[in-house]
Amino acid sequence: MASSSSSLPSMEFDFDEKPHVLAVDDSLIDRKVIERLLINSTCRVTTAENGKRALEYLGLADGQHPSHSDLKVNMIITDYSMPGMTGYELLKRIKESPTMKEIPVVVVSSENIPTRINQCMEGGAQEFLLKPLQLSDATKLRCHIKKLNN
Amino acid sequence: MEVVQMQRAWVEYTKSLFREGFLDAQFQQLQLLQDESNPDFVAEVVSLFFEDSERLLSDLTFALEQQSVDFKKVDAHVHQLKGSSSSIGAQRVKNDCIAFRSFCEEQNIEGCQRCLQQVKQDYCLVKSKLEALIRLEQQIVAAGGSIPMEELSC
Repeated sequence: MASSSSSLPSMEFDFDEKPHVLAVDDSLIDRKVIERLLINSTCRVTTAENGKRALEYLGLADGQHPSHSDLKVNMIITDYSMPGMTGYELLKRIKESPTMKEIPVVVVSSENIPTRINQCMEGGAQEFLLKPLQLSDATKLRCHIKKLNN
Repeated sequence: MEVVQMQRAWVEYTKSLFREGFLDAQFQQLQLLQDESNPDFVAEVVSLFFEDSERLLSDLTFALEQQSVDFKKVDAHVHQLKGSSSSIGAQRVKNDCIAFRSFCEEQNIEGCQRCLQQVKQDYCLVKSKLEALIRLEQQIVAAGGSIPMEELSC
């Protein structure tokens, strides 16, 4: 189930409007931490516990047709190691979607494996960060979102 | 106990936990994420860590008791425990998990059993210390005081 910290649907992007981040991680602890990190950096956060739920939320799951909804996601952060679908596989699905491919995707992992990092960067990831995430990472991400949306 | 005394006790206790390697900088990151609008953040995350860990330790015990040990499964559990202990800054537990994973890779049952004992021991220790720390924080707040985070960097 994807859960949202705010029930307001986004309309058109407004400078003063908080950026909306979709955070995907199978660990509840990590979802809580990343949510708090992002909310403290003035983002609105929706969390999903795996790739399948994330795709459903984005309207990209098998059987769903691309929606013309007002869904506005400014960034997606996903854990790499998840059961079912890895963060890399999720990244590829997002980048293959005509509606969602422009959304920056950040991959996070507890393991510092160069081949994994390269794979994600070549797959179109905006950035690859090591877990556990810290306040400085959230600040970095916030800057990314700001830059990309200006 | 007066608020000032409790605050001093909190600072000393927290510093000792860092010094003795029970907690690392990641725990401080969590404390920094807590504020008046989210006064229970640390307690919530710690409580999730306890639930998660107890489940994983129980699963690990079961997995290592099997006639034919599934090392992939054991490794998966340890990987999860390593992740959550790392996320909250439970340093000793995290380090124990790192050692544990090497023994899984080697498919060394005795090594794994020893590691499991070590992890359980260190988990129990950090659990009681975190419970004491959080209790102290709650007492400070109940007495109208605030948690003196800034004094940790002295």
